[in-house]
Amino acid sequence: MNRMNMSGFENIDQMQSRLLTDEVFASEFLQDLSIKVTEMFRDPDFYRSFRENVIPILKTYPFVKIWHAGCATGEEAYSVAILLQEEGLYDRTTIYATDFNQQALSQAKEGIFSNKMMKEYTANYQLSGGKESFSDYYISNYDSVIINKSLKRNIVWANHNLVTDSVFAEVHVILCRNVLIYFDKNLQNKVQRLFHDSLINGGILCLGSKEGIRFTDLAEEYAELDKKQRIFKKKY
Amino acid sequence: MRYEAIVIGVSSGGMNAMKVMFSLLPKDFNTPVIIVQHIGAHSDSLWVKLLNDKSNLPIKEADEKEKIENGKVYFAPPNYHLLIEKDRTLSLTVDERVNYSRPSIDVLFESAAEAYADKLIGVILTGSNNDGTNGIKRVKECGGLAIVQNPETAESAYMPKSAIAAIKPDYILSLEGITELLITLDKQK
Repeated sequence: MNRMNMSGFENIDQMQSRLLTDEVFASEFLQDLSIKVTEMFRDPDFYRSFRENVIPILKTYPFVKIWHAGCATGEEAYSVAILLQEEGLYDRTTIYATDFNQQALSQAKEGIFSNKMMKEYTANYQLSGGKESFSDYYISNYDSVIINKSLKRNIVWANHNLVTDSVFAEVHVILCRNVLIYFDKNLQNKVQRLFHDSLINGGILCLGSKEGIRFTDLAEEYAELDKKQRIFKKKY
Repeated sequence: MRYEAIVIGVSSGGMNAMKVMFSLLPKDFNTPVIIVQHIGAHSDSLWVKLLNDKSNLPIKEADEKEKIENGKVYFAPPNYHLLIEKDRTLSLTVDERVNYSRPSIDVLFESAAEAYADKLIGVILTGSNNDGTNGIKRVKECGGLAIVQNPETAESAYMPKSAIAAIKPDYILSLEGITELLITLDKQK
């Protein structure tokens, strides 16, 4: 509806004919339909549990690869980078942050967010067990903030479509939170298979607080590390 | 059943209102009840558990793609929108806040109105913002029944007042009155 108003169409029919004939417009329209809502340290309890239950495991590896699938505009990828930095792990970590929405990815890469969200993010950060002053991680400028360069250095932003693209790396952790709720059961199974194939044995899968693997084909392949926060460990 | 589902929207003052309502609804109440209560984004599920202990009906947080069953009560989980699909399953999203709220009453009511049309009862209770006003309007437009708590009996009058200003509710009653009415409607064939 927003795109319809923005582009000056009076009704859906008008827009439909443009969608069928104009490839660029159709592509922009698809991007509008993808989900771009995310927050820094959304669900602080999850990040707290990640600190307590996942970090000790990651500390045993010489290097760590994390795949953040469906990163949208990057708020959660930066949250993970902050957490790893505070735990002394960031230098040996690579975060692959992927999304199929190119527009969101470009925004994520810039790391510029609205200043008015920072109060909420700071509260989230503190609730999540943050150890520093949150404002040290960004520079404020009028209505916006920009995330510190040092947090960006080990994040690789890449276009990846969970539905059509395949395994691209073997990783220690996959974060995919509140993406699968938008998929039907068949698609969920397909994506879960992709995650399973991408994780090392003993690798960690983090889902959204209302997502699970109990009802997928892979239910038996994981142990629960934190049932409530939906953190799973791939069995050996 | 004349009505196949009840959706309820409630905000500030909701804890007391929910306690009253679920202490009164009997064990054999059959129509499923789906509720959006504004509650902090970081609250855990303890509140729903407590309410469940006090209630004759099974009360739970809605799960993704869960099938709506008769005789059960579903609450939107904190920080998710709750929607009803055409196939009568529940669905959760993390889309943007609506009326500064996630979960939003409007989002639940509008999706429920599309799914149930004239088989739906919409109820707006105590609250101090105008979330739910567009939703209850949509319920009426689709042929459903609109019930609003009498603002004079509501802990917070703003939300019921906002609904009454936008539509002509089928009933304006106290909380106890609404609960009695729901029990009567539940028994209708």
